[in-house]
Amino acid sequence: MYKLRQWSVTHSRKLEAVYRNFEPLLIRLHPLFKKLGYGRLEKPVRLFEKTVKGLMFDCQMCGKCALSSTGMSCPMNCPKSIRNGPCGGVRLDGNCEVKPEMRCVWVEAWRGSQQMRDNQAIQQVQIPVNHLIKGSSSWLRVVRHEFAAQESEMTP
Amino acid sequence: MIAPFEPNAEGPLPPTEGQVSRGRLEHVLRSGRFAVTAELAPPDSALADDVYQRAHMFDGYVDGMNATDGSGAHCHMSSVAMCALLTNVGYSPVLQISCRDRNRIAIQGDVLGAAALGVANVLCLSGDGVQVGDHPEAKPVFDLDSMSLLETIRIMRDESRFLSGRPITTAPELFLGAAENPSAPPFDMRPHRLAKKIAAGAQFIQTQYVFDIEHLRQFMARSRDLGLLEKVFILPGVGPLASARTALWIRNNVPGIHIPDEIIKRLESAREPKLEGRKICVELIQQIREIEGVSGVHVMAYRQEEAVGEIIQQSGVLDGRVPWYPGCEVQSNSA
Repeated sequence: MYKLRQWSVTHSRKLEAVYRNFEPLLIRLHPLFKKLGYGRLEKPVRLFEKTVKGLMFDCQMCGKCALSSTGMSCPMNCPKSIRNGPCGGVRLDGNCEVKPEMRCVWVEAWRGSQQMRDNQAIQQVQIPVNHLIKGSSSWLRVVRHEFAAQESEMTP
Repeated sequence: MIAPFEPNAEGPLPPTEGQVSRGRLEHVLRSGRFAVTAELAPPDSALADDVYQRAHMFDGYVDGMNATDGSGAHCHMSSVAMCALLTNVGYSPVLQISCRDRNRIAIQGDVLGAAALGVANVLCLSGDGVQVGDHPEAKPVFDLDSMSLLETIRIMRDESRFLSGRPITTAPELFLGAAENPSAPPFDMRPHRLAKKIAAGAQFIQTQYVFDIEHLRQFMARSRDLGLLEKVFILPGVGPLASARTALWIRNNVPGIHIPDEIIKRLESAREPKLEGRKICVELIQQIREIEGVSGVHVMAYRQEEAVGEIIQQSGVLDGRVPWYPGCEVQSNSA
């Protein structure tokens, strides 16, 4: 929803705080996730994630969520799917060159990022989308990554 | 180190510090000279001579010419093919790569091929949307964006590997460029985005058309404050406007190009608008040259390619220097 998407950018700082609490909670649930099986969880979690983030950010389920470093403006809504925007075609009123009725996703990203505690995250170069994981849950991936990192640290 | 396909009329020059390519453009920039590049419009034909005729118009005025890659999302002769034809006779082209039409497999293959053909410079672009072109029904690829494209080629060059990690036996020695637009929102972000492009691998920048000199001045001043000017060569884009009508059309239909009212008024009241447009271009180049941190200009004279030489000459930016071009020794001896 376009209006809700803009609301999310306006409240980027609050959403950043919410996610800061949400991520450790997810990670704490790892033993439970492991017990139930990540494979079995993928479908329901993906559905839930898609519904929530779809509503709030028009999330396209790229599989590698960048919202924390794009001011809570989903870069996959850019008609050129630029993950390191904005391009040079932004209109003087800040709207998209391809979709003139839409605010440039990256003008919004800059607005959102400047209100966030981590306002430098937008400077990270985002690697290209991995099309193998497109459509999968980014949340479960974050948890799995965290534990894979911890386990590899523990094993010498 | 000047390779056989990059001869230089000024004699074999020692390699300049930090040089990554064997190209003339990088050499001119690193040796502190004011560089001139021009956009070469690709032909809608399969005739090599069409490319040479267009390139010939820039002889003695440019240090590099950009072979565009389906600019404006229109179909033309490919950039790699144009560069192959141009390097064959000794020109120094800038290969433009847009992310719109090819995925990472195709692009990396083209990069190796282009380097093997003697291309020394690459300009990494995201590209215009397919909607503005002559095939709006085409599939937009955008597998990479300009930033990840820069990083990809930097990895290929500096780490001798593909994005997948597979090794490359001979790495492409390429001078990496990117675009920027000082006249497009969000203005505050543009210098930060320049920093990001430098981090991704950009060594030179060719900008979108600059008609509003104040936008450029602010962009450059803020880039200086961020300490970026020592890290990158900036070549602002300029070009002659044919008439007030053209200017208005561009302003209203081409996003990202900002033409101030004063320029449109000057064109309107001029008896010969075409000449006035060229005069404005010359003045802009002279003003741009005075801005701290500018290393050259990039001339995009769409449908006025024949005027490029005159514009460069009148601007005086070459300081009497004659950039090398195929066959120039014969001519310079007789002059």
